[in-house]
This record gives sequence, C-alpha cells and structure tokens, in this order.
Amino acid sequence: MTIFSKFKIAALAAGIAFTVALPAAQADEQYFPLQSYRVGPYAAGGTGFFGGFIDYLNLINTRDGGVNGVKLTWSEAETQYEVERGVEAYERLKSNPNVAAWNPLSVGIAYAMIDRITADKVPLITINHGRTDSTDGRVFPYVFPLLLNPYSETSGIVNYIAGKEGGLENLKGKKIVVLYHGSPYGKETIPIYELLAQKYGFELQQIEVPHPGNEQQSQWLTIRRAKPDYVVLRGWGVMNPVALKTAAKTGFPVDHIIGNVWSNSEEDAIPAGEAAKGYTAITTQASGAEYPVVKEIVKTLYDAGKGNLEDKNRIGSVYHNLGIVNGILNVEAIRIAQEKFGKRTLTGDEVRWGFEHLQLDPARVEALGAKGLFHSINVTWDNHEGNGYVTFQQWDGKKWNVVSDWIAPDWALLRPIIEKSSEAYAAEKGIKLRTAEDAETATN
Amino acid sequence: MSDFDWLFFIEVLVGGLLSGVMYSLVAIGFVLIYKTSGVLNFAQGAMLLFAALTFVSLTERGVPFALAFAITFAIMVVIGIAIERTVLRPLTNKPPITLFMATLGLSYVIEGAAQLIWGTQVHGLDLGIEDLPFDVGGVFISQFDIFAAVVAAGMVAALSAFFRYTRIGLGFRAVADDQFAALAIGLRLPWIWATVWAAAGLVALVAGLLWGARVGVQFSLSLIVLKALPVLVLGGFDSILGAIVGGLLIGATEKLAEVYIGEYFGGGIEGWFAYVVALAFLLVRPSGLFGQKLVERV
Repeated sequence: MTIFSKFKIAALAAGIAFTVALPAAQADEQYFPLQSYRVGPYAAGGTGFFGGFIDYLNLINTRDGGVNGVKLTWSEAETQYEVERGVEAYERLKSNPNVAAWNPLSVGIAYAMIDRITADKVPLITINHGRTDSTDGRVFPYVFPLLLNPYSETSGIVNYIAGKEGGLENLKGKKIVVLYHGSPYGKETIPIYELLAQKYGFELQQIEVPHPGNEQQSQWLTIRRAKPDYVVLRGWGVMNPVALKTAAKTGFPVDHIIGNVWSNSEEDAIPAGEAAKGYTAITTQASGAEYPVVKEIVKTLYDAGKGNLEDKNRIGSVYHNLGIVNGILNVEAIRIAQEKFGKRTLTGDEVRWGFEHLQLDPARVEALGAKGLFHSINVTWDNHEGNGYVTFQQWDGKKWNVVSDWIAPDWALLRPIIEKSSEAYAAEKGIKLRTAEDAETATN
Repeated sequence: MSDFDWLFFIEVLVGGLLSGVMYSLVAIGFVLIYKTSGVLNFAQGAMLLFAALTFVSLTERGVPFALAFAITFAIMVVIGIAIERTVLRPLTNKPPITLFMATLGLSYVIEGAAQLIWGTQVHGLDLGIEDLPFDVGGVFISQFDIFAAVVAAGMVAALSAFFRYTRIGLGFRAVADDQFAALAIGLRLPWIWATVWAAAGLVALVAGLLWGARVGVQFSLSLIVLKALPVLVLGGFDSILGAIVGGLLIGATEKLAEVYIGEYFGGGIEGWFAYVVALAFLLVRPSGLFGQKLVERV
C-alpha cells in the first residue's frame, strides 16, 4: 500500500469525497457518484465491489475512450455503510453534473434514497439486493434491483435444493431451516419461504440471529435438535463465518448449508477456515480471473499500475467480479440509451430508459468478454430485475468452484406476489401506475 | 415435565457457560483499567481488534507465532503507554464522563489506525486448536471453547499472582484502593497506570486471538465490547472475579433464554436479553455482584 493510497483511505474515512476522475462540467462526460465504504465493518465488501466497478469504468475509458466517445467520470464519498452518511453523501454528490446512476450497494441507503432519486429522475441500481417489489417498474420507475431480487434468490435456492433431491416433488417431507440476519434485509424473505414451503410441502423453520451475529451457539443447538436436511444461511458480515464455525462445532454437515447472495464471498469463507470446506452458496456472477473481461482489466489497468484494488490477489474475487458485472450493466445501459438519444451525455431519465431496455443475451454477454461470468439479463419497463439466472459455487478451502448449471428462479410464481406488494405501496403513497407508453418518454 | 430434554438443556447450559468465558476475557481488560483509574475504557474493543489484526498480519508475512506474539505484545505496551501519556495524564482529575468520552474517541482512532496500517481485509486465524465437538455422554462440547476456558483461567491466575506477589501489583492494589493515599506515600501513579494499560493490552491480545480464531480477524471484533458491558454490570466494574462470574451468568442466561423463551418474542433475543438481566440486576445491586460499594462523604 502506497503512502498516497493510505492517505486516500484516511481522507475517505474523514468523509472527504475523493475525486478519481474529474467530474467537471464538460460536454461528453457521464458521471457516477459513488457512495462507497472503504473503511468500517463492511470495508472488505466495499473495496471489492467499488474496486471492480471503477476498474470496469476505467477499462472503458482507457481501452475505448469512453462510451462512444463519452468519458466516464466518478467520485467517491465514504459512507462506512451507514445510512445517514449515505444520504449525506447523496446530498453532496448530486450537485455534480451529468449524473448517470446511483449504485450505493446498501439496502438501508437505497431505501432512504428512493423518494429522492424518483424526484431527481435518476436511476438507483441495487444489484442483487434492495426491496423486492421495486422489481415492478410500474411503481418504481427509477429503481433497478438488477439480476436478482430477494424473492428470486429464495426461489433459486429452493430450486437448487430440489435439484439435489431429484426434483421439486421430492421436497415434500424434507426439512429446511433458514438462519437469517436480524435486520430488515434478513427478514425480507420470511413470507416467500413460507409460501414455497406450503407450495412444495417441505417443513420450514426460520431462526433469527441477532446483529451482528458473532454468537450463534443457541441457534445452532436448536438446529441440531431440529435435524433439518438443509440450512439456508441468509447472513451478512461476521454472521457468515461464525455460522459455519458453529455448525462444525455442533456437528452439522457443512455441505448441507446453502448460503444466500450476501453469504457467498471469500470474506465469508476464509475466516471459517476448515469449517467452510464444502460450503455452497448462490451467486449471479462466477468468481475467478479467467474471464476475458477480467483478463483485459488486468492487462490494461493492473499491469500499468492503474488498478483500483490494493491487493492484486483479490482480482476475480466475488465482490470484485460483482463490481465488474455492475460496471458492465451500467455502461451497457448508457450505450443502449445513446442509440436512441444520441451519442452524447445523457440525462438521468434517459439513462433510466437505457436500463429499461437493458437486454443482454448470452451472445452479447460473450461479446463483452463475460461469458461464464454471468448469464444474461432482460430488463423491461415493468421488470426491473431482468430475470437474472443464478449458479451455485462451493468453497474448497482456497477458492470457489462453480458446481451447478445456470438456474432460473420461478419468476412466474413470484410476479403476482411482487405486484401485490408494489400495488399496495403505490396505493399507500398515492402513486399512479406507469404504463409502457409513459416509460417510452424520457426527460432531456 | 417428563418430556423435558435434560440432555439438551445441559448442552445449552454448558455452551452458554463456555461462551460466557469468552465474554469474561474481554471484560477483564475493562476491569484492569477501571480498577486503577476509574475509567471505563471503551477503547478496549478497538485494542482487541488492533492486537488481533497486528498479530495475524505479522504471521501472514511469515513471522513465527511466538515472535509475532512478542512483537504484538510490545506494540500493545507502547500503545498503552502512549495512551496514558497523551490522553489520560492530561485529563487527570477531570470528571469521569470526560475520561469516558476520551476513550470513546480513542476507540475510533485505534479502529481507523488498524485499518489504515493493516488494511480492510478479513483474515482467518488458526491457533492450531480444532473447533470440533467431542461427545460427553451425549452432550457435544467444543474443544476450542474448552481451550479458551483454560486460557482464561490461566490468565486470571497469572494476573492474580502478578498483582498479589509483585511490587507493581502491590502498588496497583494501593492505587485501586485509594489513589490519593497511594500518591501521598510516594507511589508513582503514571508508572502504575502505564503498567496497567500494558496489562490491558496483553488481555486484549489474548482475547483478540481467541475471538479472532472464532469469528475471523475483522472489524467487527471491536463490537465484542458490547458483549462485555452486561458482564461488567452484573459482576462489578472493578472485580476480576466479578468479570468471570458475570461472564458465566450472562453466557448461560442469554443462551437458555434464546432457546427456551426466544420463540415467544419472535427469536433473536439473546442480543438484548443480556442487557435486560444486567439492568434488572443494576436496580437491585448497583455495584454488581463483586463490585466495591461506593461510599461518599458529603
């Protein structure tokens, strides 16, 4: 770590927005305000994700000269994953011109921003997280839980377990425990697990772990007594390695623990040591540095000393690759919007239009150098998740290895539940449902 | 009652007691500082994080275990002395709340420094003790927890011997008893404070290694203090024995509560239940089980 980078972290810790690429009010620039977290309890995830995101933006600038000549710029403000700091960062950064989209990677900050970004008409990207009903673009025009919302994640996990048992019909009579983080994020999937248990006939027990989750003895003794066939780990931060260690301590087989999308990183497995060997977790993007786009980032940026990660060993890690995929989705949304509105700096609403037409099939994903990194996405004006596919990876003690095909969640089953929730939200807030026609126009 | 699973009850109880030992380890660091200077050192959690992060960063760079332990201990001693010189000494005779706020600020400084120096990555820590269960008559007991309990017992014995049989220990007890009387007979208060902060650094290092091996060496180690506070309220802020007994009581109570009555509150109650017990106890016995009763002449 250089003195400069240490100073950068210190400055970020002090809450100083650190401009990496100048967001000056110039033509042909598109600006990303980044509410990052590089210090504090969740810094490991924050440095990986924002590192990957910035690496991809930097690659586009360095290799392609921007998106059709439009340079990408960004600056960071430290949030330490705290909601009030995130909102403060939003207030500070929003005055910069040419804002493309917000990407806070925080459920709490995202929730706090929904009304604000809707008034601003700028997209809010909550890749793999956020409120499930924001999938419904009729009610949430500017919110995009890209690739995977919590309900799809639940369905994907249940489908994976069914696959291991030889089919959905074999879930009948099985017992699944969901061990969830004691927070709104952790509790988000309680009703959908209940619904799926009812539909497929498996027995369900949902057990809460109080935040932060560094003590789980009683929960795992309860699990041992319940003798479930599988435990789904819906954790966050320190809760994940502690769950794996306590499972080993109480004799529960690790290969019957399935982690959710925020329990799937190296940071979750490494601290658990031997206890994590054989642990399986869901993901929307594979880890590893063998994908062409990751190789290109290494060649173009890291070999030239321009990479964002301090530790090169983290290249291709789960959070780094998630950041890269997030970069691809943001950049492609801009590219698609430029096809309609012109190859120039776009307004936030025009970028929203781009996200609502973000359709990347496997062939396009391959052309972007991301074949195998993620499957595809098909966002429409009313489906802001975009039907992302999931895969499962298993920890071998050193790295994750993909152990399943790409699996589709049961979107048809989930959609009516999502619509019911979003329509209730619309009624509560007095929001008029958008139509396809409304979505086609964009403020310039 | 005939259906009551006693074996499971014993398992929960034993698990809780062993978890309580881990809380006691953190609480002892608080007690050492409080006893001599009357300061509730909120930075103890940050010191624990700093010690564990320093140790694991050194071992990952190829430094042998014993040497890494010695270097980290030396660093903790230096930090302890620096805190005494730069923070506590200038604030001598200031109200306790001022000193508490100073340690609160200190905790942020130490946390920030830890991440600045050693980075933000999460580390695994293997002390060579497997965290696997062994079966005692149908009750699963963790090898690692037994090891932690033995270490805690050893540390309490060593600290007790140090403070009972050495000159510094005698001075420590004199200061704990009456600071002004200790000064009047010529004891060097700063020297004793520095020694105590160094001892608290050692406790932070040992607790940091055990907690780090259990949950990984990461930022949330500094949140472990939240587990120690109800232990201190229950056991008394100035009693090492109180920290041990308080830890055992809190550990056992919170685990039994979570398992047996948690479902009536929607689960996940152990985080706050420990504080309910501590608060209830505070109403009955404000100085804790073993804490000194404060008598002030007015």
